[in-house]
Amino acid sequence: MDFNGSDTLPGPRTEDQLPHTAQAAAKIVIVGGFGVGKTTMVGSVSEIRPLTTEETMTQAGIGIDDNYGSESKTATTVAMDFGRISITDQLVLYLFGTPGQQRFWFLWNGLFEGALGAVVLVDTRRLEVSFDVMGRLEERGVPFVVAINSFPDAPRYPIAELRRALDLSADIPMVECDVRRRASSRDVLLTLVRFLHSLALTGSAG
Amino acid sequence: MTPPRRQRRTPAPAPEPPPPEPAEGGREKNPERLYVVAGPGEDGARAAVDLVTLIVARAEPPPSASPEQAALLRLCSAPLSAAELSAYLNLPFSAITVLITELLTAELVQARAPIVRQAVPDRSLLEAVMHGLQRL
Ligand SMILES: Nc1nc2c(ncn2[C@@H]2O[C@H](COP(=O)(O)OP(=O)(O)OP(=O)(O)O)[C@@H](O)[C@H]2O)c(=O)[nH]1
Ligand SMILES: [Mg+2]
Repeated sequence: MDFNGSDTLPGPRTEDQLPHTAQAAAKIVIVGGFGVGKTTMVGSVSEIRPLTTEETMTQAGIGIDDNYGSESKTATTVAMDFGRISITDQLVLYLFGTPGQQRFWFLWNGLFEGALGAVVLVDTRRLEVSFDVMGRLEERGVPFVVAINSFPDAPRYPIAELRRALDLSADIPMVECDVRRRASSRDVLLTLVRFLHSLALTGSAG
Repeated sequence: MTPPRRQRRTPAPAPEPPPPEPAEGGREKNPERLYVVAGPGEDGARAAVDLVTLIVARAEPPPSASPEQAALLRLCSAPLSAAELSAYLNLPFSAITVLITELLTAELVQARAPIVRQAVPDRSLLEAVMHGLQRL
């Protein structure tokens, strides 16, 4: 990439620049298996055109990773879509959507440790693709809500039945959504933030 | 028709992971431990830059700045997150954190620390986020 020639440098459009008063940013992660609507959700609520950041993970130790690629493969790229919502002149919220092999996301330093919480998107046609990530969030103590993205041809189960299938306790919010709609995605985020607020009230650790 | 049932990975979820062990020369069984972030700068300085650390330029790019440093400085004339810098400059996040660390050392940029999850959640922060989302 040519970094000279400032005229052609990519960057935020003027209207996408944050004010100088922006003091701090927080993040929320949107997780779930392949094709559940993570990118769509980030795009529908973001105030900026969604962007992508990536990181290269290289194989550090000896031994063969039989779950990933061929034996000669020693590196993998983890890419994340993200978007932004300005909350106040001082406070900014970023949303990160994490595609690809879920186990690699958890190597991204600070992504889950620092996130306020997570939205787990599920598709009832393939519930099981979101099982793995739920276990990982639970192990790390990352608070999350479950959003059922309603695809037209997806089987519809009562929430109580889904809660049983996902083995979630009664306090974890579950909502239906259509992440293509901004208001629906926003309501999912509100559900998460209200849930985090309720944890603050009950004094539970995050 | 009933949905498939999730099997929990562990009988009881551990509240917090143990402190990280050194990744080098790992012979651990966990395959995740075989992977680390690529590139230079395996030190504390890089870990200090979060995806949503906001970076603001403190000065115009000096003549001594590398093209990458100059490009980053021009981008953050207004505050911009490290993740956005990575996206706009089309550089991996670890490369961006190295650049930011250099520019912090040279006092050419200021970093505004991210808000991270606390053991006891910050209610006034969460209330602000709720109100902000309601206005969307
Ligand atoms: N009908 C319907 N279609 C949706 C909905 N959400 C997403 N889609 C479509 O489903 C497809 C997958 O959505 P993505 O947002 O790309 O899913 P993703 O989780 O980012 O997928 P990966 O990054 O590949 O894992 C796209 O074609 C979307 O347009 C929804 O709520 N309803
Ligand atoms: Mg995607």
